[in-house]
Formats: sequence, C-alpha cells, structure tokens
Amino acid sequence: MTTRLPPVDILVVGVGVAGSILCKELAATGLKIVGLERGRMIDPQHDFAMPYAHDELKYDRHSDILQNLSRETLTFRNKMQEKALPMREMGSFKPGECVGGAGMHWGAHARRFLPWDFEVRSRTLDRYGTNHMPEDWTGQDWGLSYDEIESYYDQFEHIYGVGGKAGNLEGAIQPGGNPFEGTRSREFPNPASQRTYAGALFAEAAQSLGKTPFQNPTAAMTSPYTNLYKMTLGQCVRGGFCNSHGCAMGAKASPLTTVIPTLAKHPNFELRTHTNVTRVDLDSDGKRAIGVTYIDARGREVHQPADLVILASYTFNNTRLLLLSGIGKPYDPVANQGVVGRNYAYQTGARVAMFFDDKVFNPFMGGGALTTSIDDYNGDNFDHAGQGFIGGAYLAAQSNGATPIRSINVPPGTPRWGGEWKQAAAQNYNRNFSIYAHGGCQSRRGNYLDLDPTYRDANGLPLLRMTFDWGENEQRLSAYAIERALEIAKLIGPAKLGVHPLSKTYSIVPYQSTHNVGGAAMGADPATSVVNKYLQSWDVPNVFVVGASAFPQNSANPPTLTVGALACWTADAIKDEYLAKPRPLA
Amino acid sequence: MTEAAYAYKFLTQPEVRFLEAACERLIPADQLGPGAREAGVACFIDGQLASPWGLHGRQYRTGPWQEGTPQQGFQSPLTPQEIYRAGIREIDMHCRAEYAKAFQFLDAALQDELLHRMEADDLPLPSLSSGLFFALLLRNTMEGFFADPLYGGNRDKTGWRLIGFPGVAAANYTEALEDHNQPYLVEPVSILDIEQQRAQVDAQGYAKHIKLRVEPKP
Repeated sequence: MTTRLPPVDILVVGVGVAGSILCKELAATGLKIVGLERGRMIDPQHDFAMPYAHDELKYDRHSDILQNLSRETLTFRNKMQEKALPMREMGSFKPGECVGGAGMHWGAHARRFLPWDFEVRSRTLDRYGTNHMPEDWTGQDWGLSYDEIESYYDQFEHIYGVGGKAGNLEGAIQPGGNPFEGTRSREFPNPASQRTYAGALFAEAAQSLGKTPFQNPTAAMTSPYTNLYKMTLGQCVRGGFCNSHGCAMGAKASPLTTVIPTLAKHPNFELRTHTNVTRVDLDSDGKRAIGVTYIDARGREVHQPADLVILASYTFNNTRLLLLSGIGKPYDPVANQGVVGRNYAYQTGARVAMFFDDKVFNPFMGGGALTTSIDDYNGDNFDHAGQGFIGGAYLAAQSNGATPIRSINVPPGTPRWGGEWKQAAAQNYNRNFSIYAHGGCQSRRGNYLDLDPTYRDANGLPLLRMTFDWGENEQRLSAYAIERALEIAKLIGPAKLGVHPLSKTYSIVPYQSTHNVGGAAMGADPATSVVNKYLQSWDVPNVFVVGASAFPQNSANPPTLTVGALACWTADAIKDEYLAKPRPLA
Repeated sequence: MTEAAYAYKFLTQPEVRFLEAACERLIPADQLGPGAREAGVACFIDGQLASPWGLHGRQYRTGPWQEGTPQQGFQSPLTPQEIYRAGIREIDMHCRAEYAKAFQFLDAALQDELLHRMEADDLPLPSLSSGLFFALLLRNTMEGFFADPLYGGNRDKTGWRLIGFPGVAAANYTEALEDHNQPYLVEPVSILDIEQQRAQVDAQGYAKHIKLRVEPKP
C-alpha cells in the first residue's frame, strides 16, 4: 500500500552538488521544498575525523560513501551485439551515495569548460566543414553559450571558494593564468595554488616549447575562505588522501562544507535521507508531473505530491528515472531516434610516466587538485585541419597525494610481483611523476543508456544499461595528446619513460574518472535533446533535470564546476521565470 | 602486534601456511627488508575475508551469472571467501598430485613457476579460474603490504618504510612542498600508532612527524 503525504511545492531528487544548490537558492522563495536523498547524512567532523580520514584501504576500496552496488548497479557492454552484464564491483567510476553525493569525495578540480565546449557542432562546421565531423557523431550545441553561463560559473566559484589566477579578465589576457579560458568577469575568489617540484619541471619544459603553463583552478582552499552563504572553510594543508576521501580539514569544497548547513536553517526546507525515488508520477495524459514515489527507510512506498520536480541526482540516475517514469522518448540507436539515453559520453585518460635517478618528488604531498597544466591542446585551441579528430586534452602534472595501494608506478618491463618488482617499487615511488592527458569524449550513435532487459535492482526495477566504447575520434585525440606529452617529457629528461595510452577498448574495471555525462542532454531542438537550455523537460515542463546528464558530449575538463554553474543557472530560471508563470521556458 | 596475538577469524591453519608461502613469493624478504610473510599479509587477508567484503557485501550479487568479456570485469558467482577456500584447496591438491607436497613445501623456483601459471590462467583447477584467484591474491597482498597496519598487515609499517611513505599526513606539507627535490624523510605514522598512543598528533589530529637522519638506501 502506498502512503500518500500532503503536497509540497518543490521536490529535489538527489542532494549532491547540484541538488544542494537548487534547494538553497529556491529556499529563498519561501516555498515548501523537500530534498530526497537515498544515501545517509554525513557529519564531516565525525565521518572524516583524523586520523581515520587517512585510511586508504577504507576510502579507496571499501568506502560506504560510494554507491552500494548490492542494491543497485548498472549493466555494461562495449557494443550492441554483446550481452550487457552487471558492474558487480566498483571500478571505472565512483558514484556517491550520501548527502553531498560524489561531491564529498571528488578531487576538487575546478576548471570551467571552454566556450568551444558549448558550441562544438556549429564551431566545428564553421571552422572545418562537414568532412571533419566524427563518424556517427551525435554531438551538438548546448543551446546555451559560455557567455550566458559565465556569471553562474562566477557564482558557483564564490560558493566553492575556487582558487586560481584569471587568464582572461574581460577579454584582456593576464600573465600567469590560462590564456585559452573564456572571458572572466572578475578574478578568482582565492589565489592560485603553489607549484610543486613536478609542476615546476613540467612548466619549465612546456614554456620552453612556447606553451603557457598555469596552476589548475582548485576547490581546495588556497586560503581560509568565507563563501556566498557565509560558510567558512579552512586552508588545505596538502596532506593527500583527497580523491576518494572526505576532507578532514573541511578545506575541500563540498555540499556539506559550503551549502547544506545553511540550507538546513531554512524552516521551509526539509531533507529526507534514505529515500530512494523510484519514479516521477505523471497525470493521466503524461504531460504533467504530480509528484514522485519513493521507498523510505522503513521500506514503505510513499507518494509525495508536488507542483515541481527537479531531478538532480547522478548522470545515471537522472537518466534511469526518466526511463522508469516514461518521460521523453527513449533513444533508439538503430533508428537514431528518441532522446533519453542518447549522448552518453565519458573522458579519455592517458599518461606518460617519467622515472628519474636524481630527483625526488615526495608524491604523498598534495591533493586538492594541486596541478600545473597547459591548455594549448585542449578543445579547439589548436588547428585540427588534417588531424582526423575534434576536441583535445589538457596536459597536466598533478600532485594528487600518492597513496601506496593505488599509486606505485614502476618502469615498463618491470614484473608485477617478486623481488624485481619490490626493488623497482622502492627505487621509483619517490622518483617519478606523470604527465596526464585529460581528453574530451564526443558522443556517438552506438554509445547510449537504456533499461536492461534482464538485471534488476533490490526493488525489482530494471537496472540502467550502458553501451559504450571509445570512438575513432577519442583514439586519435588521445594518441595526439600523448605525442604532445612525450615532447614535454623528453625535454624534462627522465632516465626512463613509460607510455600509458588510452585502452584499445573501454573497460569498466580500472578506475578512470567519475565523469560520466549525457543521457538527458540539453539542446535547442526537442528531436535531439531531453531538456531545453533551462534544463526543463521538453515533454513534462514541470520536471527539470539538472546535472552532467545534460552535457551533450564531454569536455576534456572535469565536470563539477559546470554541474554547479548549471544548478545556479537553473535555479535562477525557476525563481525568476518559471515560478511566476509555470510554463515551458523555451 | 605480534602474530601470536592474532586469532584467525576465517582462515584455517593450512590455508594460513599456503598464504604465507605464496604471498612471500609475491613480495619476498630481501636486503631491502621484510617480505609479505613478516608484514602479516596473511593476517590482513584473514581480516578482509571476515569483513563484509569477504562476502561481497557491497557488490551486486544477483544472477543470472555469465562469464563476460575482460572489459566487463568480475562476474564470478563465488564470494572472496569461497574463492580463497576453493583456490587454496585445489592448488594444494594439484601440488600433492604433481609433487607429493603441499605448495608451502615446494622450493621457491617451483612456487614461482606455479604462481606464473596461475597469473596466466594456465593452471586448470576443478572449480574456478586460477587467473581469477591469482588476481585476487595479488591485489590483497599489495593491499596487505601497504594498507594501514590497523588491518593486520604492513606490520611495523614495513611496506611504507620500503618506499618512504609517511602514512598519516602532517600539517607541514604546504611548507615542505617549497623544498624542491629535497627528500622528506620521517618515521612513518599509522592510524594504529595514533590509536595506541605511540605517535603524537597536533590540535587538528594531524601527525607530528619525526625526521629520520639518514636516507634508507634502496
């Protein structure tokens, strides 16, 4: 039997990076807002207390702040001809499951996307013509330009206390910053991070090749900071144990350190944890949402009526809830029709490792996106004529805090175990660093998300099915980026080099990044997008779908800053336009 | 923590002897320092197998079960407990049939050869893939050698001493990062050290590192 609760004004499904900001911004309207989170509450002071926060085994391998796959996972196959099988253990990516979501264990990389990223299709056609388009490309413009969202990037940076040096202030290129970034209306709220020894070697070599190194923007505080919501964060001490970990110092911006404590003070806001939304309920003609159904912590099925439903969960769950609720036409890759599940994309990772006899790096220090990078090969910052691919990669020397279970690098040819391995581990742990090529990923016809016909979650509902492999575009892009990384590596002059290219076939096993995007793509055309430029469903206008699920393809840059900016943008569209007169906004 | 103080929660004694022998080949004692046996890796694996992970508590365990492509990852219906129990028994049976001895009594070269065959999934076992068992054994051995000693392995922080990892961080890295190309050599501090009050912490709970005078020669 379903328990029916009294109606509320706005439901936000998922209280992570996007959901927390949407709740906070909309709470200012005085409307009754309920945040529904399937995970548990986090108390950073206790959950991430020292010294227990510095436990690599727990946070890298057995973390309870990640999705509990015993209840729900997804299935995966490389291509449509294969049978998709469940991702039985965590590997390639790490979706969160707690208040704060994956925003609790992220690496604090706080890059904006490039202006090019928002207009990939039209700019590619303008500059290179149709012959240059990747095969089976489903990439598209966002229907939203960088200039339109710039002030929302700025807003989110002042919520998350981002540190960096502007490279382009109102059109004027600034020394020390990234000259390729989009125009900024003002400086970063925090100064740039310090440069490590690895970063300095990388920067010197890149500079001698005429490139422009800069410190990566970071949401680990480079100085103590009080944000837009009057939350104060301490300075990052670069103690490592950052990616996959919660921050013991509260120095890494996250929903819990920047938003939720102030959100909780609004009497018109209510947070319900351990509530797993199973569908958005529609009225009889399927054009209007009347609320959602969820399973609560007691196992009861609950119907919560509401006037407005905002899906703000992870890429996978936003897409899956649309499919389970029958909102929007599911994508059919054979006919190339339908939209929900279309445009799934990821990111390409490759690296060149350098091993030295005479240099030490203390690689356990760092974390908080302590990174020196160049953008010369990112996006369309270089001429692609004749290259056979679009998009690019940023190259980076990053000091993430090398914890020993996952971060021991040995030169190529070293056995995986035994005395020779042990010798190489001892010799090289402190004497190597890598240049990473973080590349973008275009969406294409064969890569998509739908509901699995076989496997089910703990509530008996179909799992999401991912069909994905790297395209030729991604292979060429990554090979090009690795060549550029090698040019820099050779100038640095290590005793040994190890090249780790993009895998020939995408594998769900090794950790790569939690940068899954698409499935509920935004755009200007309802035939190729799920949501309009305000992230409002074309089909059910009182449903908004906010998150990286809206990206029609992926930038080379990490997604979090853009997820946050889109949340700020959507919150304003709802506050300023939609609530006054609920209607399709585009 | 000495081994005598450790009570095995899951493994039987013959299983412990197998693991001590096999893990020691994966990370052997040598002039650089102790190997996996002395580091307590078998205790670590026992603790892991007795934890929710030993039953794949947070992994998806609903059928149908089907062997997939390598890209689709782990698809065995067996839990880690079952993989270790069957794997050890069946390798020892193979050793007794071929060499009339359990694995632990074979000489090191033969043990290495068998481990290489397992790694290549080239040692047929009655109920599971030797490659699957080896992958788990290697992964857990590395974890046991490098995880915080809290979990029973990495005894005396031997894995951290080998590579120069300081363990729980100190709050002075921001300054230390300015000393380019200068080794930061300290006595490693574990969570267990702090719990058992063998190491000092600052007001924030970060470790107070004690500098080592000499660089340990690799």
